[in-house]
Amino acid sequence: MTRVNSYRSGPDERGRFGIYGGRFVAETLMPLILELEAAYEAAKRDPAFKAELDHWLADYVGRPSPLYLAERLTAKLGGAKIYFKRDELNHTGAHKINNCIGQILLARRMGKQRIIAETGAGQHGVATATVAARLGLDCVVYMGARDIERQKPNVFRMRLLGAEVRPVTSGSATLKDAMNEALRDWVTNVSDTFYLIGSVAGPHPYPAMVRDFQAVIGEETKQQMQAKEGRLPDTLVAAVGGGSNAMGLFYPFLDDAEVKLIGVEAAGDGIATGRHAAAISAGQPGVLHGSRSYLLQDDDGQVIEPHSISAGLDYPGVGPEHSWLADMGRASYVPVTDREALAAFELCSRTEGILPALEPAHALAHVAKIAPGLPKDHLIVMNLCGRGDKDIFTVADAMGAKL
Amino acid sequence: MSGTAGGGRIERRFAELRAAGRAGLVTYLCAGDPDAETFWRILAELPAAGADVIEIGMPFTDPMADGPSIQAAALRALAAGMTLPKVLGLVRRFRELDQATPVVLMGYYNPIYRYGPERFLDDAKAAGADGLIVVDLPPEEDDELCLPALARGLCFIRLATPTTDERRLPKVLTNTSGFLYYVSMTGITGVGAAPVEQVRQAVHRIKAHTELPVAVGFGIRTPEQAAAIAKVADAAVVGSALVDTVAKGLDAAGHATAGLSQAVLGQVKALAAGVQAARS
Repeated sequence: MTRVNSYRSGPDERGRFGIYGGRFVAETLMPLILELEAAYEAAKRDPAFKAELDHWLADYVGRPSPLYLAERLTAKLGGAKIYFKRDELNHTGAHKINNCIGQILLARRMGKQRIIAETGAGQHGVATATVAARLGLDCVVYMGARDIERQKPNVFRMRLLGAEVRPVTSGSATLKDAMNEALRDWVTNVSDTFYLIGSVAGPHPYPAMVRDFQAVIGEETKQQMQAKEGRLPDTLVAAVGGGSNAMGLFYPFLDDAEVKLIGVEAAGDGIATGRHAAAISAGQPGVLHGSRSYLLQDDDGQVIEPHSISAGLDYPGVGPEHSWLADMGRASYVPVTDREALAAFELCSRTEGILPALEPAHALAHVAKIAPGLPKDHLIVMNLCGRGDKDIFTVADAMGAKL
Repeated sequence: MSGTAGGGRIERRFAELRAAGRAGLVTYLCAGDPDAETFWRILAELPAAGADVIEIGMPFTDPMADGPSIQAAALRALAAGMTLPKVLGLVRRFRELDQATPVVLMGYYNPIYRYGPERFLDDAKAAGADGLIVVDLPPEEDDELCLPALARGLCFIRLATPTTDERRLPKVLTNTSGFLYYVSMTGITGVGAAPVEQVRQAVHRIKAHTELPVAVGFGIRTPEQAAAIAKVADAAVVGSALVDTVAKGLDAAGHATAGLSQAVLGQVKALAAGVQAARS
């Protein structure tokens, strides 16, 4: 393992985490991302921006989210003490809104009138439509036609919030294609449009900016664990698609070497089947959507269609900072299959009375694997980053139940 | 710094065009679209049909700066088995027929990155390619491919757009060689066109910063539009309109019909006639 003084100093001035990240975009977009970077740097230094953000997070999102001891689950698994970071209790039901509030306040500072976003499961689309409605800005959400089919409730939510949902039929008609389409919109409508990216992906400065807006998850966790247990947690576990909820939880702990960080990737039908979305576990470094990171691709560098039961994890890439943390050995990334995630979904529902989204159900499946083998004073925090209401149709389908 | 990498054929071709007092026609088609053999039949005849510079698209699954026409072309080519090594094979085969017409490979970085940038540059050069346009490599990432390409005498052709302001233009021109590709409007390929007067002003603005030839593309569909651009720029680039003709020449099963290659070549002839007559 290469030693560094701090894992928290990235990205460098080129927007890179080691070899990952960067600004691999068409020239049309370069002036826009440079403008965005300058605006974000200025906002970060402005105490008024921080105060405004804190106010919105408290009164509109409902932060801080609780750090909850999952007592029955802990007893049932019979090992480590398991805490949930309850980001599913946020307004709109997931962690996505933390970042949306940050970016839309930035968009307003920049005088942008029109917001565009991509969405997979629809959680980011709903969160974007929500904050756009609250600030009275126009909102267009790109969503793969296949995802529209499997996430109907979220599509209707977005429409109720006044957003226009544009179906994307190109390519595989899922999240990666929605992102292609949003980028195409942005290069067409450069002057008035703000592209609100939902994950720690895309060209610099997005991976760092989204991480910063999500870091509130880890910062709260640190304080809350100090208050409850008087020390740091031992292990953090979070689902990784693009990886924004995981990055938000991990980032404040990166320099606490004793805290183990585990990202859980979607293994779909199993890594060996080739039908999965595990970019770090089974991909190679590549360049897509503006940054270099681990990517599911064939030998010719063509992007492979990912597969996961969770639309939010169904993405062929991963945020560049995760790729770097994986290479550095600071965080480890493990696969969990559709079947394991569904079992964890049921376990959480029946043991804790919480329907988790299918994304954190992946994280929980890994917790269920490791907790029994750990001592009772080992503290695990799992990021319960979204609620499962949006997934009931998918889960019913998988269980063979008719609604 | 501009224009220091002697691509050879590209410089010679633009010098010939200048001497002849006319603008050039640059054609874009995606390699292997709709299949390797049909594409080859078109490629082999493009110089005779009047293409002065040939851009060959290297297909990629996720061409984020291209419109639906060119993405569909890339997916057709990939479905028919096109790969980056096969694209280089087509260039090699073309060079056996034609030593004079410049070939520019255009695409996205990931297939090149996966192939190995240094190995790709060596193989592209050996195959007889003259220049590269890699859409998602801005000047900020020049050490990835641009600088090693220039070191091998391959031109690295950059895109400038209406968002490239006076402050940014010098940065875009640094390390650009062969010609500058001015994208006449913001947005994706194949949708809309900019007014000629706007293009004239933009070319004038760019020419104040460089001696490189300026080719103008995005949205040119007809011989008349090509002629209008040829009056104000060193070359007109036509891509989506040709790719659309390929798409129209497919049967219900997606296979090339008998007249497809002649339809594309006929269109190139008409565009070339427009360009060649523009300044007479």
